[in-house]
Amino acid sequence: MFEILEKERIAPKEYDMWINAPRVVNHVKPGQFVVIRTHKKGERIPLTVADFDRENGKIRLIFQAVGKTTYEMAAMKVGDSFSDVVGPLGTPSEIKKHGTVLMIGGGVGIAALFPIIRGLKQMGNKVITILGGRTSDLVIMKKECAEYSDEMIITTDDGSEGIKGVVTDGMKAVVNRGDHVDYAWAIGPTIMMKFSALTAKDLGIPIWVSLNPIMVDGTGMCGACRVTVNGNIKFACVDGPEFDGHGVSWDELMARLKQYKDQEKISLEKYLSEVGETSWL
Amino acid sequence: MALKIPNNKTPIAEQKPQERIHNFKEVVLGYTLEEAITEANRCLQCPTHPCVSGCPVGIDIPGFILQLRENNLEKSHEILKSYNNLPAVCGRVCPQESQCEGVCTVGVMKDHEPVAIGKLERFVADWNASHGNESISEKANSKKGKVAVVGSGPSGLTVAADLAKKGYEVSVFEAFHEAGGVLMYGIPEFRLPKSIVEREINSIRKLGVNIETNVVVGKTLTIEELRNDYDAIFIGTGAGTPRFMNNPGTNLNGVYSASEFLTRINFMHSYEFPEYDTPIRVGKRVVVVGAGNVAMDASRSALRLGAEKSMIVYRRSEKEMPARVEEYHHAMQEGIEFHWLTNPIEYIGDENGNVTGVKCIKMKLGEPDASGRRRPIPIEGSEFTIEADMVIEAIGQTSNKVLLNTFPELKLNKRGYIEADPKTGKTSVEGVYAGGDIVTGAATVILAMGAGKAAAQAIDEYISSKKKA
Repeated sequence: MFEILEKERIAPKEYDMWINAPRVVNHVKPGQFVVIRTHKKGERIPLTVADFDRENGKIRLIFQAVGKTTYEMAAMKVGDSFSDVVGPLGTPSEIKKHGTVLMIGGGVGIAALFPIIRGLKQMGNKVITILGGRTSDLVIMKKECAEYSDEMIITTDDGSEGIKGVVTDGMKAVVNRGDHVDYAWAIGPTIMMKFSALTAKDLGIPIWVSLNPIMVDGTGMCGACRVTVNGNIKFACVDGPEFDGHGVSWDELMARLKQYKDQEKISLEKYLSEVGETSWL
Repeated sequence: MALKIPNNKTPIAEQKPQERIHNFKEVVLGYTLEEAITEANRCLQCPTHPCVSGCPVGIDIPGFILQLRENNLEKSHEILKSYNNLPAVCGRVCPQESQCEGVCTVGVMKDHEPVAIGKLERFVADWNASHGNESISEKANSKKGKVAVVGSGPSGLTVAADLAKKGYEVSVFEAFHEAGGVLMYGIPEFRLPKSIVEREINSIRKLGVNIETNVVVGKTLTIEELRNDYDAIFIGTGAGTPRFMNNPGTNLNGVYSASEFLTRINFMHSYEFPEYDTPIRVGKRVVVVGAGNVAMDASRSALRLGAEKSMIVYRRSEKEMPARVEEYHHAMQEGIEFHWLTNPIEYIGDENGNVTGVKCIKMKLGEPDASGRRRPIPIEGSEFTIEADMVIEAIGQTSNKVLLNTFPELKLNKRGYIEADPKTGKTSVEGVYAGGDIVTGAATVILAMGAGKAAAQAIDEYISSKKKA
């Protein structure tokens, strides 16, 4: 079970995998995630499902190597298996006819955004997609997102592609030219989602964000992933992961994401001392 | 005859408190054969045997003790196993003082402690694991019907084992990556070694029960799919969601639910970090809120992780404390500090979002409330702060809605748990049974097993009568 069927390096430290998960694939919907373990002593980590193929019983995960578990995943080969994959977890995205939707993605968050873009397009929405990154090579899945978008805007910090700037510059450009946006989604690094939400507020656009707090079980059983939304404590694993971006207590979320900073460093250093050279990443 | 019975239970070896607070190994070490037989001889073999009706699964207690006394350990184990699928677990975690031992005839004699039934049960189960041949019970041909069990905690495992013994094909679906439910993630290693749980689960697997992990029913599989594929369903998903007091500062780093804290330690082995990948914060001054068994487990675990001071704050007094006497006693021995009539009202943090203190208020007891216990009332102006870098809330759970939200036909009670007949586990939906904490709210392992036993009986009757019709 949970065998890696395909694997590709799509950017420095970023990987694209298809995994055999016949049980998960039957009911998965855009916006949902799985919790995986690489091996029996591994940590449980949540990853949003980037795509799924019901016919062939496989799901697609796109991730960035940032800590021990994702480094291990990056080192896994086609034919290797994950110890555990459980899901689909979380509440699916609200895929319905909104009108015009503004889809904002950054980093590997673009992977989580992709099935929502596709779903919304198939529902008949006008889809304007803004993908951002530090440089052109780090903006992933451009072709796939374009296939389901009426318009694609790329923003790069270094100006190597599209608008020189960040995704919020793209958001302002769309509104300033006179487009009416009914709903927005922003998925990416927490800081990007925070500023997308603040900008959307200024622009008067309701916005969904997909939060990525630390989780353990992913089924509402431990409360590790609690976030504050509009003043109430929510469990991202079952109440989310998508929430009203205007209501999220961003600074609290960012502090909670650093909860195990010291241990994460110890874990990664131990791994690196065991595997040695990692320039292949 | 009665006069010859020693007043006290045969003492049992334990790890010394000063030693054990630095490790996660089991506290109680168990009887030797000689000690067990000595203790077994304290049993009167009285004809009324009130202990049996004191046991939620009705074990023939005098029967297994008699065989033990005669040194027929295999026979003794056979008797135990025919009533209880998890004897090594129950011998360790049952609240015997309020069940079998609470009504033991010896125990009601003047100045006498009851027979140490739990310790004897544990001895026989452990003896069998190291000496006995696991009798491969003849697997029935599984033609009687198919049953799906949701959750592999004490109630689900009991239903599964009993129905497999009766000749059903049983599939257990577990959301986590390992079976056992609360026995694995909740109860610490030092009270219930995980190898013992695994051993008992393996013997249930040997009955032909198929346990599939990583399946969240309601998400991975729908309840409709189960209803189409199985003759009956048993839901034993546990209470499943932690409650928080919702004090200001609840989301500061270092504030845990007991569920998360214990799951990280017991289930994810974070006490063996970085050998295991899952981390845990190590608090120097730890405040645990609540005084039930889970609070004792959390405070004692914090000590073992390396806390300099592990404190329990409880809004009522020692008298109302819900923890078992043995757990309280062990916690006291280990130096857990108890702050009675104290309630936290706010968690204080630093500029990085880490908890640094617990603001508390002193309480006094008023008139009895609905639970019959005297209601705690805050004393105005008595606020004070306890310095702490970790807080663990162990104030109970509520029902997990992941499955229930997808099954609206299933009737729930006012508290949000499944409404089920206490005698049969029957729910409002035909062919669907439920038991354990998802029906009663957080209770004990043995009550969940009792519910499982009753449900297995009812499911057998239901499927048999349906097949005849």
